[in-house]
Amino acid sequence: MGEIKLMKGNEALAEAMIREGCDAYFGYPITPQSEVLEYLSIDAHKRTGMVVLQSESEVSAINMVYGAAAAGKRVMTTSSSPGMSLMQEGISYIASAELPCVLANVMRGGPGLGTIQPSQGDYFQSVKGGGHGDYHMIVLAPSSVQEMVNYVGLGFELAEKYRTPVMLLADGAIGQMMEKVELPDQKPRKTVFPDWATTGKIAGKPRRYITSLNIKPEEMEKINHILQNKYAEITKNEVRYVTKNIEDAEYIFTGFGLGARICTKAMEIAREKGYKVGMIRPQTVWPFPTEIYNKTSKNLKGILCVEMNAGQMVEDVKLSVNGQCPVEFYGRTGGMLPSPDEIIEKFEECFIKGGK
Amino acid sequence: MSNFNSDIISPENLVYKKPSTLTDTPLHYCPGCGHGTVHKLLMEVIEEMGIQNDTIGVAPVGCSVFAYHYMDVDMQEAAHGRACAVATGIKRCFPERYVFTYQGDGDLAAIGTAETIHAANRGENILTIFINNGIYGMTSGQMAPTTLEGMVTTTSPHGRNVKEQGYPLKISDLIAPLPGVAYVTRQSVHKPANVRKLKKAIKQGLEYQKKGLGYCMIEVVSNCPSNLKISALEANKFVENEMLPFYPLGDIKVPEVK
Repeated sequence: MGEIKLMKGNEALAEAMIREGCDAYFGYPITPQSEVLEYLSIDAHKRTGMVVLQSESEVSAINMVYGAAAAGKRVMTTSSSPGMSLMQEGISYIASAELPCVLANVMRGGPGLGTIQPSQGDYFQSVKGGGHGDYHMIVLAPSSVQEMVNYVGLGFELAEKYRTPVMLLADGAIGQMMEKVELPDQKPRKTVFPDWATTGKIAGKPRRYITSLNIKPEEMEKINHILQNKYAEITKNEVRYVTKNIEDAEYIFTGFGLGARICTKAMEIAREKGYKVGMIRPQTVWPFPTEIYNKTSKNLKGILCVEMNAGQMVEDVKLSVNGQCPVEFYGRTGGMLPSPDEIIEKFEECFIKGGK
Repeated sequence: MSNFNSDIISPENLVYKKPSTLTDTPLHYCPGCGHGTVHKLLMEVIEEMGIQNDTIGVAPVGCSVFAYHYMDVDMQEAAHGRACAVATGIKRCFPERYVFTYQGDGDLAAIGTAETIHAANRGENILTIFINNGIYGMTSGQMAPTTLEGMVTTTSPHGRNVKEQGYPLKISDLIAPLPGVAYVTRQSVHKPANVRKLKKAIKQGLEYQKKGLGYCMIEVVSNCPSNLKISALEANKFVENEMLPFYPLGDIKVPEVK
């Protein structure tokens, strides 16, 4: 059993980073995730020797990540929605050059400068590829401070296994709230680097170079095939989700991250009212847990998808359900949170009173 | 090809050869372009200093985007303008390595201005080789931040109008006063004597990096015969007569000797 502490989400994320043997963190302040850089600035370097550097912009931060990752180091950056938009160029290059790294987006309400309150408005950006070109990254959606911690270690494991960027798609509420967490033990930092890493040429061996450029279309198509095969492999192996009460369920509430957590309460209220409601919560939103939705929906009267946005994950739910049962949506935007009562009201309106 | 010289030239008669730190890949640069000379000088210095296995380079987006095909050291290809940020990531993780960026004027002084100035201001212990030919070469001759007043390019077809299109940017002079900057010099490759001076400057820059003195930038005023649509000789005259009066050669900042 690891050390138990009461911690704020952002600080727990930073603490997990140190304990997972992260070599470097590059970041730029933005609410509501600035505590990550602040926490690391206190003594992370002293504790493990890791590099902590405040960059001049998110554009610069993600390119520092590129440099360190391409040199074989275990590296992270974090930001919030507007800052994550600035990183999209770099993420596309990182995905194309197949560099492992972990990113966290502590989402806030948008679009534009928006608000500093929690949101889930960057689902499309994160899972559909926010930068240019055909790429994906593994996207983990924590719904508690504990998962913020757990997904740092899991994130590095997956990033290094598949040579791919991994994103933690959190939101301002999870970043800011305090919960009890069990922390991992301190892991040593890496001393051995992968063969492809540009750590300085090894005598007698060919030089290494990291690039995302291949000017010949037939060569670039090969790179695309390599990426797509990798994505197929990830989709086969790395889908993660949790279910509750789906065995006897006539209805399913679904959502990710904090949205799912609010659904849990709504599900309890619905059960008290006598409705047979279950829950599906994707922990990986890419790859998306298509199969469980498809399998479950055959016996359902309906699914209600709840998100802190105008309806993004619901598109993937509908694709997965493929018309086998009605799928409805309830969401709040701009930093507003859906309440369990609102969810029940929407549920009854769609599936009970309306008699759909 | 590589045995061609040794077949006909006996070792005692060999007066010139390419450094072992350049690969055998033929350069894609246009005839008369300065890039080939600068590549060779940089790699000669790395060979002479014996630091091939201790050096990590960063290539830009621009004509020298394929620098990693020619330079036989570990290299990374950066996004447009981001070379100094990428180099920061490498150098911070491997402070004992020599890290250089090789960038053109559009990459360094337009889209990458923020990355350049802040790497310089943090005093990152890296060397930037900055090729200033006053034009966008790779995209076929558009106006660069360093394009001279009145100079004709495809996006300033009537000559650069500074009132509308801004003034040519002297980025080397801009960063020189920053305390994190150790060494800034402006050199050229349009004459043999200048080539020799540039080589000395590159060696100097890497030696300063070894001492950990801070950010070093070597600006190389270069040419672009293809996009100026003139001969290589005319392009070198353009450097001499048009570029150098505005971008004068010489050291702009050297570390204080104690």
